[in-house]
Amino acid sequence: MAIVQLKDICKQFDGGEANAVDHFDLTTRDGEFVVLVGPSGCGKTTTMRMIAGLEEISKGELWIGDRNVDGIPAKDRDIAMVFQSYALYPHMSVRENMAFSLKLKKRPKAEITKAVNDAAEILGIQNLLDRKPKALSGGQRQRVALGRAIVRQPQVFLMDEPLSNLDAKMRVEMRAEIVKLHRKLGVTTFYVTHDQVEAMTMGQRIVVMRDGYIQQIDAPNALYERPVNMFVAGFIGTPSMNFLKARVDDASQRLIGEGFSIAMEKAHETALANHLGREVWAGVRPEHLDLVTDANAGTTDNQLTGTVEVIEPLGAVTIVQVRVGEHIVTAELDSHTSLAMGDPAALTCDSHKLHLFDAASEKTLLETSDSGKRTTGDAKTTTA
Amino acid sequence: MNRMSWPAKLGMNILAWLIAVLMFFPIFWLLLTSFKTNALAASRTPAFFFSPTIAGYVNAIVDNAYVHYLINSCISAIGSTLICMALAIPAAYSMVFRRSKYTDSTLLWMLSTKMLPPVGVLIPIYIVYKDLHLLDSVWGLVLIFAAMNLPIVVWLLYTYFKDIPEAIIEAADIDGASLLTKLVRILVPLTLPGLLSTGLLAVVLAWNEAFWAINLTNVHGATLAVFVSGFKSARGQYWASMSAASVLSVLPILIAGWFTQRQLVRGLTFGAVK
Ligand SMILES: Nc1ncnc2c1ncn2[C@@H]1O[C@H](COP(=O)(O)OP(=O)(O)OP(=O)(O)O)[C@@H](O)[C@H]1O
Ligand SMILES: [Mg+2]
Repeated sequence: MAIVQLKDICKQFDGGEANAVDHFDLTTRDGEFVVLVGPSGCGKTTTMRMIAGLEEISKGELWIGDRNVDGIPAKDRDIAMVFQSYALYPHMSVRENMAFSLKLKKRPKAEITKAVNDAAEILGIQNLLDRKPKALSGGQRQRVALGRAIVRQPQVFLMDEPLSNLDAKMRVEMRAEIVKLHRKLGVTTFYVTHDQVEAMTMGQRIVVMRDGYIQQIDAPNALYERPVNMFVAGFIGTPSMNFLKARVDDASQRLIGEGFSIAMEKAHETALANHLGREVWAGVRPEHLDLVTDANAGTTDNQLTGTVEVIEPLGAVTIVQVRVGEHIVTAELDSHTSLAMGDPAALTCDSHKLHLFDAASEKTLLETSDSGKRTTGDAKTTTA
Repeated sequence: MNRMSWPAKLGMNILAWLIAVLMFFPIFWLLLTSFKTNALAASRTPAFFFSPTIAGYVNAIVDNAYVHYLINSCISAIGSTLICMALAIPAAYSMVFRRSKYTDSTLLWMLSTKMLPPVGVLIPIYIVYKDLHLLDSVWGLVLIFAAMNLPIVVWLLYTYFKDIPEAIIEAADIDGASLLTKLVRILVPLTLPGLLSTGLLAVVLAWNEAFWAINLTNVHGATLAVFVSGFKSARGQYWASMSAASVLSVLPILIAGWFTQRQLVRGLTFGAVK
């Protein structure tokens, strides 16, 4: 167990013009489960490989526990890694795969046997110990790869998209299992994924990355409730947040655009003080939108009106896309909705749950949590 | 094939047999001649039926110290292959897993050295060997054969190692493996079929090598290639003895090939370890 400190780390590959990882700064708590999430190519794997010692750091410092690991090769860093491709040794049995690192450390035979058996028991793979990786299913291989990592009792676990090769059901199962494992062992863990659901369900803290820059580091709920910019807001949560270009109307204290008009909250007034009469991005999550019906018609004057373009019944809920002015607004509605394609529809939203972003910088205009404040790099233009 | 009419099928069959016989005939004739007397072998009318004699073999083995050359051939072929492997495994490893921007050109350059006619460097090597007292020494041949096969062996191992996912090597890194451990406990076992067939190829190439053997050795360090060519000039046309000697020099490698053919096929078709 150890605290890992990444101090302002940069990585530039030979020949690459931009930094693959840019000023990455993060200090973990001891035993924390940190998830790195972001779209493809944002530098998650690169960050992970720098921690592992498989990739050199171009700039900055990396501390594991009380050791600056600069120049310390991977084999001496006391970390364990689970690869996306599992990377099991094909010529060794499961038992040998798991025992390999301990054998190299010349641990006594009895100790190795015990460590392997213990790990196998935790993961429920006792009956597979004498098989070769070839004779295992994907999920079983994944368990063996985890087993190989935990027998080591390393200071840090690194997992690079370990579940991406599994089917959906298996993924959900293994997700819970890894969380349980982490709770049991309490080893500081870095977990890479580009699946935001995985990130939200597993991470104690989540690092959202984009183009090598950290966008926000926060707990899952904070990330969902107080995203620092439009990128994070759009990335976290499914379906994605809707963004509407709105004019801040001073006279009526409303956010107005073609097809919609939303009342400003008290909290918004201070946030929008400098934007009166100008345009901002208003963000509203699909799950915070409701259909205006006869029953609730009188209770709200926040209205988004348009025509239904797509209806996707998912069973529990129905996802509806409504064209509101120039925007397509996605709403998550009750599955009993009687809407049909082409119908006119009026949606309403809770303005407490509205997000506001600067039209140019795309940064939030609302309060953020303390930990979320430091955002590196400029948010680049997202097309909403 | 199924669609062919029977005359076409018959024609194809006959053609295939003809080609096979044509190609095999010299070897068959060699074998036949080796059991003739020298007089019969020299006769102008070809004889297919005769009472066989092993005089040629006796002559080769007893009178001409076959075993001495056989031992030299074994030492030079196996010794050079071992050296070659010991150098090529780390070389191919670094080319695959420690790539630099010069790796591709290095590989190409290594292979291009095979295009140089050996005669071009005969004189310099002869002089160097003379100064090092390696002339007519089997160890001299071990060295030159190793050097001769190195480019091909590195190239082949490179293709085998490239099929190993890099993550496996990195996993070993993280598990605490040293370079030697990675080579011996991960890479070699994973590519063993490939390594063995490459080794076999190197042995065959060294065994069959005649140019350097004839030019750099004479008696002491001479291999079977020198032994066979020795029958040519000095003693006149002893076709039967010479055929027997040839058969004897080809036989060991044929036997080795026979026993390892499954290994060879497996190695040559050896694919990715996924
Ligand atoms: N060896 C390399 N040489 C040059 N550029 C590289 C190398 N490895 C990665 N990159 C670049 O660095 C950037 C970050 O890559 P990285 O693999 O870390 O992304 P990632 O976040 O893991 O993406 P994914 O979700 O697709 O795995 C990419 O732009 C990639 O092209
Ligand atoms: Mg990656």
